Amino acid sequence: MSTAISTAEEVHTHDHDHDHEHHELGFIRTYIFSEDHKTIAKQYLISGILWAFLGGSLSILFRLQLGFPEMSMEWLRPLLGGWIDDSGKLDKEFYLAMVTMHGTIMVFFVLTAGLSGTFSNFLIPLQVGARDMASGFINMLSYWFFFLSSVIMFSSLFIETGPASGGWVIYPPLSALPQAMPGSGLGMTLWLTSMTFFIVSSLMGGINYICTIINLRTRGMTFTRMPLTIWSFFFTAVLGLLSFPVLLSAALLLIFDRSFGTSFYLSEIYIQGQALPNVGGSAILYQHLFWFLGHPEVYIVLLPALGMTSEIIATNSRKPIFGYRAMIGSMMGITALAFIVWAHHMFVTGMNPFLGSVFMFLTLIIAVPSAVKAFNYITTLWKGNLVFTPAMLFSIGLVSLFISGGVTGIILGNSALDINLHDTYFVVAHFHLVMGAASFFGLMAGVYHWFPKMFGRMMNKSLGYIHFWFTFVGVYMVFFPMHYIGIAGFPRRYYTFTALGNDSMAAFTDMNMFISIAAIITFSAQAIFAWNFFYSIFKGKIAPANPWNSNTLEWTTPINPEHGNWPGEIPAVYRWPYDYSKPGAPEDFIPQNVPHSATLESNLPEENAEIAREKDIEGLLGAQNESYTH
Amino acid sequence: MNYLIGLLAIVFFFLAVSVIAKSVKLNNKLSGTEDEDSTVDNFNNANGIAMLIFWLLFVILGSWSFMNARPDFLPIAASEHGVKTDNMFWSSMAVVTFAFFISNTLLFYFAFKYRFNKNRKATFYPVNHKLELIWTVIPAIVMAVLVFTGWRTWRDITSQAPSNAAVIELTGHQFGWFVRYAGVEDGELGNVNYKLIDDTNSLGIDFTDKNSFDDFTATELHLPKGQPVLLKIRAQDVLHSVYLPFHRVKMDAVPGMPTKFWFVPTISTDEMRAKLGKPDFNFKVNCTEVCGRGHFGMSITVFVDEPEDYKKWVAEQKPFLATNPAYLDKVPTNLKAKASKYIPIEPIATDSTEAVSVN
Repeated sequence: MSTAISTAEEVHTHDHDHDHEHHELGFIRTYIFSEDHKTIAKQYLISGILWAFLGGSLSILFRLQLGFPEMSMEWLRPLLGGWIDDSGKLDKEFYLAMVTMHGTIMVFFVLTAGLSGTFSNFLIPLQVGARDMASGFINMLSYWFFFLSSVIMFSSLFIETGPASGGWVIYPPLSALPQAMPGSGLGMTLWLTSMTFFIVSSLMGGINYICTIINLRTRGMTFTRMPLTIWSFFFTAVLGLLSFPVLLSAALLLIFDRSFGTSFYLSEIYIQGQALPNVGGSAILYQHLFWFLGHPEVYIVLLPALGMTSEIIATNSRKPIFGYRAMIGSMMGITALAFIVWAHHMFVTGMNPFLGSVFMFLTLIIAVPSAVKAFNYITTLWKGNLVFTPAMLFSIGLVSLFISGGVTGIILGNSALDINLHDTYFVVAHFHLVMGAASFFGLMAGVYHWFPKMFGRMMNKSLGYIHFWFTFVGVYMVFFPMHYIGIAGFPRRYYTFTALGNDSMAAFTDMNMFISIAAIITFSAQAIFAWNFFYSIFKGKIAPANPWNSNTLEWTTPINPEHGNWPGEIPAVYRWPYDYSKPGAPEDFIPQNVPHSATLESNLPEENAEIAREKDIEGLLGAQNESYTH
Repeated sequence: MNYLIGLLAIVFFFLAVSVIAKSVKLNNKLSGTEDEDSTVDNFNNANGIAMLIFWLLFVILGSWSFMNARPDFLPIAASEHGVKTDNMFWSSMAVVTFAFFISNTLLFYFAFKYRFNKNRKATFYPVNHKLELIWTVIPAIVMAVLVFTGWRTWRDITSQAPSNAAVIELTGHQFGWFVRYAGVEDGELGNVNYKLIDDTNSLGIDFTDKNSFDDFTATELHLPKGQPVLLKIRAQDVLHSVYLPFHRVKMDAVPGMPTKFWFVPTISTDEMRAKLGKPDFNFKVNCTEVCGRGHFGMSITVFVDEPEDYKKWVAEQKPFLATNPAYLDKVPTNLKAKASKYIPIEPIATDSTEAVSVN
């Protein structure tokens, strides 16, 4: 790894012959079926934002039901029609449908596609120093498969029997039997179809991310000089590539069970006065397959957020990230462990208790690399010189949410304690903090930080601060008290809690109302962001070339990078990305493309040896250019 | 109501902050101190201070709300293992709350303390192996302790049920629970077969198995206090999950795959009523695996009786065969004589299998 080997001759699998000359592409090729990674990233981002508003508004609808169970929803009839029942209340099946779609949309369409899709696409070529993704065409296909998947999922909201309603995990037999609930009919078919395309999309994206990171790094960009963002995208892509196919097989088997009479998941079922012929299947098999993706999925949404915030916190603390290698190591550890903890979602499914012990042990190990990451973040802030840009605020928010949500994972990962907490609001609070809100904060931090690079304009900072404080306080007001409801034993996915009996519902009436109001305020505050985002695209202040005085390569491109990213040669990389506030240096940052020979006053003793290697790095220019020409 | 007041307070707090911020900005604009090109603006200090204020308010409101919600948490567990897991829960909570408190405090305090100051330079401090080692090893040790205690408790809970356990079958269906007892004679549940389910025999009890002759069904769950109870759990249509909140019992009901959970109830219904001062208190079985429209309402009542009351109640129950003598036809000829024992002279044709079902 001492010298960069960024030459990949086999890069050009696609046959269109651009030589980085500006040949004008039409509107459609520039903005719609674009192969430019920056455009694709923006497509993902805007789709993700739209999905986030939809997913969020669904949660507001069911929070209204939970917070104000007595309220008449008649006023929603113009919007929801028959989903408001005759008594003016939300239909019970529609309640489950909303819970399901909220989860599906947020996990897959917002935090996987919107977060990883946006920033992996945008930042990988810019930060490793590549002209574009390894395959622009596959990258384009990846977005359009995602788009197709979105259209199908969206359309399922409008069918008469309603969208999928069995929870976002769609456990069979509920999801396999249309007679079990209306949502398991056409809605579930559409769900499965949509997810199939979604998986195809994310596989194409993932392959591209991995290839680009391995093959297209600029000269000098060794693995140990890569920004942590790139490391996190790399691990994310590996996770996705290895686990999404398993979800695809789970979905395919479910499709077979639903449509072709197989019995992979079905056995000995008597429903609606009818004994089904299926025997020998296992409903638990589905859960194993689902969570084999489902658990890595947690890290698929979280790792990019952690990577981006590492970058943002280092930049805005004006300090190197503390423990760069430990950060990589802990992400590597999390990635590896992510594959072998899935059954902690299944402690009480009737799985062999011995497996429960094994998975408890493996699950609690994950706390160690996670703790290392949290401590490294905190130490990065220590003796820094913190600039609170909106991105920095959201990053600090992420660290706090990651800790607060993470610690309860230690409780839930303990199989003995999980018995009582499983499927209660304690779990809901836990994963919303550590995975939902933390990843969302990463997404927001990323948008605020890289907006100038994306659109050449600045977002309004003051609105950013207001947005942050509303969201941060709001998220804690929603999810912190939710733990209490969980400790009180309230199960999730309940339309109302009357059947718990003993007035236990009354005990938390106020609390549920409080959570719902807080959720509404938090959700409404996102309008500030939406306005700021869309307004700034067109009317924001023109961005300077390097607005945050950052070291990474994307800030060496022109303010509005064209296709190919750098008009001239791609810069070489001579140092790691975290030379902030280096003693002796005149500025408090030294970009990665500044050679050590130019910074004699601030070089550490061992870095003077790097000067001799600069020639080798320069020598790779020819080979690098070669790889881009046909 | 308290929450609403708290919420309004927070809202007004933010309105106040934003008004102040606006006026600061206006003031700066007027006096022309805002440096347009600097990455650091005049809100930097405010944001840094807000971080600390946020955390202080968080700790105060968080502690207050916890104390406020505490009376509504599940009261002390009504089962032997539940007391152990409750203790472990609260001791684990103490450990993680400590970690949560320390790390968040450092985070917000550092954010406040090291907010930008143009006269200061950040310390170039990229690595310290000793520190890394310390905060790898300490969490690892804590985790090891938690895993070990957790594993021991888990092992005990999931161990083989004692042979004297009362065997009770709970079968989930959309949307209710069927209860079947092993009966007084043999103490063993007879086989069931989902293909034998009909309107009366809603469990599909297989009368070719002689163990089924004395089985009786019920619409509520009666448990003997202080004695081990083995729940044999089934589902007929989709996944369900048996949840007895007060007994800290939870186990999924899976079609085609019987599951089980054994435990020892330690507090009778009467004792719990007295303890809570609620004369109409009842234990419940609820469902915690989403199963469709009526999921939230899928509950039956549980009575934990003193052992002698339980015995009395069991003795009063009539075997399914006794209340539905028509099913004698299903019994193979060689067992007819044994089965006929349970048939009363005057057959009563009622259906006792229908459990509470909620839509």
